[in-house]
Amino acid sequence: MEDNVDDDSLYRIKEGDYVVLKRGDIFKAVQIQPKKKVIFEKQWFFLDKAVGQLYSSTFEIVSGGILQPLKPKHTESSTDAKEAGTDNRNIVDDGKSQKLTRDDIETLKEQGLKGQEIIQQLIENSSTFRDKTEYAQDKYIKKKKKKYENTVTILKPSCRILAMMYHGREPGKICHLRYDTLAQMLTLANIHAGSKVLVFETCAGLVLGSVMERMGGYGSVIQMYPGGGPIRAGVESFGFPEHFHDMLHEFPICHVNALLAGTLDTTAKDPSADSKKSDMAAEEEQNQPEAGRQGSPEEQSMETNSGADGSHDHEKDEKEKLREARAQGKKVKQEEKRKKLAAAAALLEGRNADGLVIASRFHPCPVLMGLLKFLSPSRPFVVYSQYKEALIECYTKLKEQGGTVNLRLTDTWLRHYQVLPNRTHPVLLMSGGGGYLLSGTTVAADRSQRAEEPAAKRLKLTDTDG
Amino acid sequence: MVYILEPDKKYAVPAERCFWRRVTVLTMSFVEYSDFIQDGDVAVVYLGHESMMPVKVQQGAQTQTRYGAIRHSTDLIGQRYGSKVTCSKGGWVYVLHPTPELWTVTLPHRTQILYTTDIATITMMLELKPGSVVCESGTGSGSLSHAILRTIAPTGHLHTVEFHQQRAEKVAEEFKEHRVDHLVTVRNQDVCKDGFGVTGVADAVFLDIPSPWEAVIHAKAAMKKQGGRVCSFSPCIEQVQRTCEALVDQGFEELSTVEILLRVHDVRTVYLPLPDFGPDSLAQTQPDVAEKTPPIQASVAMKTTILPREMPGHTGYLTFATKPRT
Repeated sequence: MEDNVDDDSLYRIKEGDYVVLKRGDIFKAVQIQPKKKVIFEKQWFFLDKAVGQLYSSTFEIVSGGILQPLKPKHTESSTDAKEAGTDNRNIVDDGKSQKLTRDDIETLKEQGLKGQEIIQQLIENSSTFRDKTEYAQDKYIKKKKKKYENTVTILKPSCRILAMMYHGREPGKICHLRYDTLAQMLTLANIHAGSKVLVFETCAGLVLGSVMERMGGYGSVIQMYPGGGPIRAGVESFGFPEHFHDMLHEFPICHVNALLAGTLDTTAKDPSADSKKSDMAAEEEQNQPEAGRQGSPEEQSMETNSGADGSHDHEKDEKEKLREARAQGKKVKQEEKRKKLAAAAALLEGRNADGLVIASRFHPCPVLMGLLKFLSPSRPFVVYSQYKEALIECYTKLKEQGGTVNLRLTDTWLRHYQVLPNRTHPVLLMSGGGGYLLSGTTVAADRSQRAEEPAAKRLKLTDTDG
Repeated sequence: MVYILEPDKKYAVPAERCFWRRVTVLTMSFVEYSDFIQDGDVAVVYLGHESMMPVKVQQGAQTQTRYGAIRHSTDLIGQRYGSKVTCSKGGWVYVLHPTPELWTVTLPHRTQILYTTDIATITMMLELKPGSVVCESGTGSGSLSHAILRTIAPTGHLHTVEFHQQRAEKVAEEFKEHRVDHLVTVRNQDVCKDGFGVTGVADAVFLDIPSPWEAVIHAKAAMKKQGGRVCSFSPCIEQVQRTCEALVDQGFEELSTVEILLRVHDVRTVYLPLPDFGPDSLAQTQPDVAEKTPPIQASVAMKTTILPREMPGHTGYLTFATKPRT
């Protein structure tokens, strides 16, 4: 009953919040910043007026890019005079049925007519609308609504929304990981509050953020990252409360071998100049393709590199400057970084992690083999790859090596349905594939033998360790 | 209970969070891992590929498997989860820590159950996370319930309604054995008539009943005024049709119906025989060479996967919707 008392202020949009814009099935993650111009679905507007409004509110974009709260639920059936044809035998597609021209419509828009009113005009000026069947009329209105209604809904981000957003807008950034596949991963890896989970991903932070959401701030997540620094723009988009970041740790995979060998030195003030340098080189390597990929204007939503698309002349200078600045900041940050590394190393050293999630553009085989060593026995792991062959290799390796059971190579088939009275059927287009998963459970490593056959008698002798 | 209000108060956490963290790692539960098997635990015995069974660990008890008996006192208690255990006939098994996913494939069926593929989708699409308050009906064999509990622990709550008395009692007993009973309330009533027994508290509602359209109004009543997510699982399209109408009538938005199927790829090495086109012309002109070359390899080995000859082609349609603020 407590929640009934809950003040609505918890559900109000605040400045600085990370939110998701929605129109139809289109999503975009943005941060609420004063006087910041946001472009969404070819329209620009400001989010200032959204501050103080409730989440899940819908707004109309009025002239000057101002948001105006829309009164909830303007009724669907504006066409009360239900006059409809029985079939389409008299409808000819001659391109003349609509009497309004493009210019007429533009004029209407300039006159400040709202989407709903424009659609009404379109219907009145359509010579065929009345002859269309009732179903076709619905479809017509729906189509026009999509085109002329300039509304936007502001949502609180969630794993569901962000996974669908990334899959719809920028699948390349998340290795084409489909949302239902991500859902399978979180469940198969038994992600839950209070556990210690390793995540290796190059999915812009979407997988990491989803794991964090499912852990609700309890336990620890260790991001095992390649290259110079962890990439987690997507985590920001979740808009987690501050304390969620306390459970997030990071560890560079270039130190995994040293950690496993027990030679990783996290106590020294300057771990080693060499590794620092290679770190920096790796960072640049890492950043280059990343910057290239973020070129398209559609991708500004990630709020990462606003000025990255600069001309080539400046690029060198800026890089030079950046490097200098980095060298300066490095000393201050070094101690901080060392502490972080030590903390993450301490978490890993026990080799008692509770779960492992891998989703990256790297070959999954070495990643899996390297990171599986950090799991306790009887713990789940799941590896995503866009390519089945890479997971076949993982499967074969694991079978040879032992130490895992319940290995399964799977994918999911996802189909959406249109459900309408007398018009229910699968949606015409469906996703061809959502990627592949290899999942399994670790068991105590068998030190003595590698034999696959359960030759009971022989095993009995070698099996005294329990 | 005292709540600390974090900057974002939606994620309010109980003050005793740290305390909770410290005590619960000691014993197995379906929402918390432990390292060693103890008396009273439920463990999962892995017998081989796709063959597992749940075992209630009890001092002095024995469990028969096809590899012989497992003596709980010596073979299980005190052992690490994930260890190999040798049975009396000399065969061996692994003993695994229970998870909702292992439970789903080993639980005693009292009804048709939901499987992990659907469960995973439901969990994400209902936006479940620690702290969520969820209503579910019917409880059935508790396959989904365990997965929900895992996800909403340690601060959420599940209100589950089952109209079959024995089933309700049995599942409540299991929740206790699995040490998740503090997170769940089981009600033995008819959701279509009596609702969920709570109002205005749920972030999410799940329906798996023969006539979900009759429960839509109760789902709405159970949910927070600020809104939430609902899911209905139905095997038949006619059920979906009626449920969607009811959802629209009750003001639910963003209706979406999906079907999700799992495809399991079996990794195999296959041998493809190569055709023999006879000696080629080059070899013919040089009889010496032709004689020296060893006979062509008759087949090529290849690692690939095959799909099962038959697979579950339909479980049910999942209809999701959003309840707006009311």
